[in-house]
Amino acid sequence: MVTYIELTDTEIIKRVLQGEQALFAQLVQRYQQYVFTLVGRFTASREDAEEISQDIFVKAYRSLADFRGEAKFSTWLYTVVRTSCITFLRKKKLDTTSLDNERTFLQLESKESGFKANMIEQKSRHAMVNAAIQLLSPDDSQVLTLFYKGEQTLEEIGRIMGLDPNTVKVKLHRARNRLKEKMEKHFSYAVQELHED
Amino acid sequence: MRYRNYTRINHLTPGLQNEPEFYTFNANRMNTEDTNHDTPHITMEDRLWDYIDGLGSPAEQSAIEALIAANQEWLRKYRELLDVHQLMTSSELDTPPMRFTKNVMEEIARHHVAPATKNYINKNIIRSIGAFFLSLIAGLLIYCLSQFKWSGSSSSRMVPSYDLGLDKFDYSKVFSSLPVILFMLISVILGLVLLDLYLQRKKQQVS
Repeated sequence: MVTYIELTDTEIIKRVLQGEQALFAQLVQRYQQYVFTLVGRFTASREDAEEISQDIFVKAYRSLADFRGEAKFSTWLYTVVRTSCITFLRKKKLDTTSLDNERTFLQLESKESGFKANMIEQKSRHAMVNAAIQLLSPDDSQVLTLFYKGEQTLEEIGRIMGLDPNTVKVKLHRARNRLKEKMEKHFSYAVQELHED
Repeated sequence: MRYRNYTRINHLTPGLQNEPEFYTFNANRMNTEDTNHDTPHITMEDRLWDYIDGLGSPAEQSAIEALIAANQEWLRKYRELLDVHQLMTSSELDTPPMRFTKNVMEEIARHHVAPATKNYINKNIIRSIGAFFLSLIAGLLIYCLSQFKWSGSSSSRMVPSYDLGLDKFDYSKVFSSLPVILFMLISVILGLVLLDLYLQRKKQQVS
């Protein structure tokens, strides 16, 4: 009987650095959803998100020797995600001085047009939540995604975003309030219907 | 137990609408009763979020549980925040296309892992360059000081005397020349740009 033992991130990285390039695919499969979701917070276009996500993994592979193991691999990877997304926004010649600004994100595509009808049709809670998150600024959606989906602590998020953990905590609180406001504004009656179901 | 909290969603908590400056976090507020009647919901919300996130000490967690059990306002707010929390935990990750991993692996096949930066940036070289410049500055300083005529005076202080000829120097010629004026103008503009960047970064961090 063959027992499959899942390698840890550190073990995979060590073996990739020793020449087993194919093992990197395990890291890609492990983190592709997280990276793709995070990148999706910076761009509305799925094609752009796919291209950026691929570039991120290639960059991560090329810089693998610089991963010192002091933090989790996911924390290091998400830092690469953030810098790559900021570079992407700069190339699109958008104002990146404040990723807290919803206007920055809305310049990419009009986020608030037409989605409401689609979400009502889907009547899916997670679809509505994802749509509401898409309406937030990149910083807000990123901090929410890193905290709830990326399994990062406040200190780790601070390291990724270059902020103090207390500042991250404040940002998280504000992001949750803004998410609540978005849900109230766009989905209050639909969510009420869901509750009544 | 199902509860219909979304009927309450349209009743926004007073004082929280469009007031981002309300959301200031104070980790040191450990009072069991919120006595700040001007902004009662800020402290309550922060503490409830800490409770929901599992942060804070066991004593604080117990205190919050007691408040939720005994106080209707706390219970209402807790349910409201818990709904938002559950919304986020129930959200799903986006899935990239099926070929994503294969595309990535095809791309990295064309690349190599770059050597670690610590292997090709030798810190000893950087230290040597720093030491060279420091010794150069120290040498110049020692040379300049040795040129002074240290002479004793009626007072006990040693007063160096050195005739720099500053009184013969015509300052007006320096500041009337075009290159100097242009240089000063560019320096001022660059200084203001740097100051602006620094202040914007500070503002970003605070927000």
